[in-house]
Amino acid sequence: MNSLFLYLTLFAYFGATGLWLAYFLAQREGYYRAGVWVMAGGLACHTLALIPRAWAAGALPAATFGEALLLFAWALVAAFLVLIWRYPIKILGALVAPLAALMVSGTLILPARQGTVSPLLKGFWLTVHICLTLTGYAALALAGLGGILYLIQERQIKSKRFGFFHRRLPSLSQLDNLNYWCLTIGFPLLTGGIISGSLYAQHTQGRFFSWDPKEILTLIAWLIYAVLLHERLTVGWRGRRAALLAICGFLVLVVTFVGANLWLTGYHSFSSFIQAP
Amino acid sequence: MNLLLCGVNHKTAPVALREKLAGLIPDAAHAYDHLKSWPEVSESLLYTTCNRVEVMCVSEAPDEAAARVREFFARHPEIAPGDLDESFYVHRDREAVQHFFRVAASLDSMVVGEPQILGQVKQAYREATAHHATGPILNRLVHKAFSVAKRVRGETGIGDHAVSVSYAAVAMAKKIFGDLAGKNILLLGAGEMAELALEHLKGQGAGKITVANRTLARGVALARRFHGEAVSLEELPEQLLFADILISSTGAGDILITRDQIKTVMRRRKQRPLFLIDIAVPRDLDPAINDLDNVYLYNIDDLNEVVQQGWQRRRHEATKAERLVAAETLKFLHWLETLEVFPTIIALKDKAEAICRAELKKTLNQLAPITPEQRQALEVLTASVTQKLLHDPIIFLKRNRRPRNPHQELDLVRRLFNLDPDRNSGDPEKD
Repeated sequence: MNSLFLYLTLFAYFGATGLWLAYFLAQREGYYRAGVWVMAGGLACHTLALIPRAWAAGALPAATFGEALLLFAWALVAAFLVLIWRYPIKILGALVAPLAALMVSGTLILPARQGTVSPLLKGFWLTVHICLTLTGYAALALAGLGGILYLIQERQIKSKRFGFFHRRLPSLSQLDNLNYWCLTIGFPLLTGGIISGSLYAQHTQGRFFSWDPKEILTLIAWLIYAVLLHERLTVGWRGRRAALLAICGFLVLVVTFVGANLWLTGYHSFSSFIQAP
Repeated sequence: MNLLLCGVNHKTAPVALREKLAGLIPDAAHAYDHLKSWPEVSESLLYTTCNRVEVMCVSEAPDEAAARVREFFARHPEIAPGDLDESFYVHRDREAVQHFFRVAASLDSMVVGEPQILGQVKQAYREATAHHATGPILNRLVHKAFSVAKRVRGETGIGDHAVSVSYAAVAMAKKIFGDLAGKNILLLGAGEMAELALEHLKGQGAGKITVANRTLARGVALARRFHGEAVSLEELPEQLLFADILISSTGAGDILITRDQIKTVMRRRKQRPLFLIDIAVPRDLDPAINDLDNVYLYNIDDLNEVVQQGWQRRRHEATKAERLVAAETLKFLHWLETLEVFPTIIALKDKAEAICRAELKKTLNQLAPITPEQRQALEVLTASVTQKLLHDPIIFLKRNRRPRNPHQELDLVRRLFNLDPDRNSGDPEKD
């Protein structure tokens, strides 16, 4: 039953990818609107797939890489749907939908959890830590994706060669506002995630910071975003530099999320969250 | 019944000839009096734009009608008989419908995709209906043309691409700022193109307008025209702090604003984007300014390049529009064909009804007195027998028509049911 909803989710996200790519190519409003509905339907299925998992685990299911991917994909799609409701940068969907679809596929491909979840992963503060960090990641990921679009559009306008993308991408100011909006929401969330995590670590491990690769990388990403936000607010950094920094921060987050879990080991890696049966 | 479209347009006739012909029709009442006086023409619509003078009409005798229109055009005293030989075209049926749709959708215009033409056709149609010159066929044709034009505009990007320098400036500004509402404009020097661009930007809701000019008097006059404010050239660095879009066209001959100036300004502006349009030749603004972040500098060549690409895009979109027009033309012609079979269908039904009535009367006279219910049952019986019998021939008429020779089947049915009893059996063509 629960994998049925997962397959429906995957199907919907791939469907939305197709519709939004068609919107990108043909620029027909109808494709975009259909994509929003399909995506929203996908999110509903996604939620229905997550609930039994959370119920069975007794906590947010984030003990394996696959589970974390599934949660993050949910946060990204939800954040995107909130964003386009407030701030319609339609073309961003053509990046978000395939990303979400790939992450859900990852969940299906990666091996399922064997054994029980470490008791460390249950607890109110840990749930808060996971929620804040993942929603923060989602908002900052949108800023990074928006940054890519900004750089493409800026390149076309500066070089005065108007190709395929020029007509199809939104204006520079819209893309720059997206960067600002996502940053002002994502940064406090990430900060809250880091603080709640270190408090929890102090509570359970007896120390705030363990020099774990995941912790170090997250701190680097946090510093990048802090610099960006500070410069935006004081000297008015915007445009290309803001887009570049948002992309850098996003890349560090990707490495944190994927790399630190797959290649580096530490107490924060997924492998350490599982106890052998 | 045939559709006929004749006239001249910008491709066939020089502007001098078009002007003279347009002069024939300043008074629509007079022109329609003429058109309506011809027995060959049952419906007509006359329209002139700067690029064309055309007459669309419905006629039973298309050759005579075309000759009449040509005569009407040649009535102008300044037109030599030879003038029309090369330029006058006559389109019939399919070509006529297609041509009319293309005109309404602005595919036949000199500036493909320009939006004015539809309004002009609408105006002409209002005049035609005011003079009761149109009928069921042209009414439908014109309304179809409006919907085709609307679809072309909505489904293809034919009107989306700037094809003039001033419009290219607006299009670029939109790509940078998104919404132009409230964006301040600084005009440096004046000139026709700069003023045109300013006009377009104002149309998009631009905010404050400031004019900086070497001679203050001229600046003040310009500022008054655009409800703006005039400043002297010395105030330029200060003014750059507040402007979002700068249009420069002084023709001063040397660089007025350098890269370093703009760099300083940008810091003080907290990097708010600045769009600089330099349409002066020689250039007023240092080309190196374009390297700065959040500053976008476009000179006249860059804008011309935008215009060139706009033309290319429009031509590309036009091919899509042509497909749409072709499909709609076929649909309209199909409607026209079904229109032709309606008189035959009505004649068939009338004949069946007459037979029923006559036979019923005979039978009722022979029968003993019957109750009203019995009488009604007999009526229903005869009516449904004839209805079922006629059902297939009617479907045959409506559907299975041979496109190559539509009259053949129609004629067959008319003869089969003897719908024209007074007709000579040797005459195969009905109309």
